[in-house]
Amino acid sequence: MATAVTPRKQRRFCMPDPFAVLTDEIIQAQISPGSRVLDLGCGDGRLLQSLRDLHQCQVQGIELDLHELTLAMNRGIPVLQGDLDRGLPLFPDNSFDFAVLSQTLQQVRQPRVIVQEMLRVAKQALVVVPNFAHWRVRWKVGLHGRAPVTSQLPYEWYDTPNLHFMSMHDFRDLAELLKAKVIKELPIIRGRAVEGAWWANLRADSALYVLQRSEVV
Amino acid sequence: MRQPDSDSFAELDAAPQPASGVHDPRSVGIVETKYLTLFEPPNPLVLANQATLGPITVAYETYGTLNHAKDNAIFVCHALTGDAHMAGRRSSDDRKAGWWDELVGPGKGLDTNRYFIICANVLGGCQGTTGPGNIDPSTGERFGLKFPFITFGDIVAVHSELVRKLGIDKLLAVIGGSVGGMQVLEWAAKFPDQLRAAICLASGPRLSAQGIAFNMVGRRAITSDPNFAQGNYYGDGKGSIINIETGPKLGLALARMVAHITYLSEESIEQKFGRNLQHREQFTYDMSTEVEFKVESYLNYQGQRFVERFDANSYLYLTRAMDYFDLNRDHGELSKALSRTNARFLVVSYTSDWLFTTAQSKQVVAALVKEQKHVTFVELESPFGHDSFLLEVEPLQEMLEPFLSQTHLSAQTR
Repeated sequence: MATAVTPRKQRRFCMPDPFAVLTDEIIQAQISPGSRVLDLGCGDGRLLQSLRDLHQCQVQGIELDLHELTLAMNRGIPVLQGDLDRGLPLFPDNSFDFAVLSQTLQQVRQPRVIVQEMLRVAKQALVVVPNFAHWRVRWKVGLHGRAPVTSQLPYEWYDTPNLHFMSMHDFRDLAELLKAKVIKELPIIRGRAVEGAWWANLRADSALYVLQRSEVV
Repeated sequence: MRQPDSDSFAELDAAPQPASGVHDPRSVGIVETKYLTLFEPPNPLVLANQATLGPITVAYETYGTLNHAKDNAIFVCHALTGDAHMAGRRSSDDRKAGWWDELVGPGKGLDTNRYFIICANVLGGCQGTTGPGNIDPSTGERFGLKFPFITFGDIVAVHSELVRKLGIDKLLAVIGGSVGGMQVLEWAAKFPDQLRAAICLASGPRLSAQGIAFNMVGRRAITSDPNFAQGNYYGDGKGSIINIETGPKLGLALARMVAHITYLSEESIEQKFGRNLQHREQFTYDMSTEVEFKVESYLNYQGQRFVERFDANSYLYLTRAMDYFDLNRDHGELSKALSRTNARFLVVSYTSDWLFTTAQSKQVVAALVKEQKHVTFVELESPFGHDSFLLEVEPLQEMLEPFLSQTHLSAQTR
């Protein structure tokens, strides 16, 4: 199990909970009320609860961790225990309006497969990815010659759930490879969505993408 | 976590627990089995094969209190050879509590401070509800194999009628493991508006071919016992249903032993017995030694205990009903069977269960997902095989608590 490193004297900025809440708000803003929403790696079900209670969405979560899953049950959220690395075999094509994957893509073994699966089961895929091309990360690598521990994902390289390090440019490449249409690209800078931000690949900690299969209009 | 020293479906054979001389605040206390007669003339139950049966006596127990709104009732479906006595003790010096006592009581998974719990013996059983060992009112003799063929649909129809007779329009939940889980699914398909939640543990939409094979061996063991006598082994018909002297006890014990192996796992047998010898350090090198290994002794014991409490004819009828159970076949498609209910589902499987595998539970989940139902699915880690659903009480309790209270909450705010 990967654990967050304890703070040392060096300056770092971690992703505290308020940021997660902000990200949830940014995600919710993209989802039309009354939609059917699948959250991959839904954790304690916080996002789905707001979508259900405030946006009248019909929701379904997937979560691997039993403890998190129980917390989601406490919110009355239906959750299937499942490993995203095995795809979404229980879900028929086009069974959701939105499939959400927030801050998890870098942790699955086959990011390409999971995004493909999201586009299969949902009309739109909503993906929030960390941007490892953020200038602080570059600074860390370039000047200190160190792997990027300073990102919003505070893990040492040998003890981290993060298997892939992608940038915004890189994610666009994947979307292109999957022939997915990028409906929206929202750079998130210090917890705020900044549409059309300058130098986004340098300044954004993460970014939200809304993808759609190109054959669906 | 309890050690797997209890015998599986056998529930009743749970390890003896100290008699509750001191009042146990987490126990439901002294309980009594109640009886109700349903389907009295002129309204017999029409069975799946179009035959009719009635009147039908049902043995049941209840724990906790039905609230004013009558929205806190939970029905528990027992497994193949269980009974209505799932919690508490029958008297103050009763050595053993009911078969799921660890889950039912004040503050437990099925919390009697909040919920009204009902458990009834199944139709065709031998522990109080009408079955092949009872007297056929039309002949004055025991039914034996003249008892009509029954299905899980028929079993659930009786449960459902009992619930109505108790004045409950809608159950908060129906819960069951194994064959009990099959009844839960059947209930959701047959009486979709009678339940707000369905909890299906270690079960599936139909029995696997492997399961049918094991059941067949068990039945053949019974019917080939010289004492079987075409099912007419009850003696003069005046004593109890369980007549060890005249019944096919060897065949029934053998059936139980075979079945019992399917409730365990390779790992749990290895852990509990290994290759340990029962009586001595060395092999006897003697073919007349029937029990050499500990595992043999254990199975012998399970077989013997079983014949003391179960009727062979009931075993034949219930295992056949289990073979027949097939929601896919009955409804064309599993998803169609489950499409009519708005109940929330909790489906649980266990990693080491090879009789009702996780893949079988997932078939249920996939059908529910397809129908866009409210479904939660968990695969629990456990070494205890099919028996896990009875033994892994703690993780189950942790899920039941939020699942039931959220269902109850949604019922109240609706």
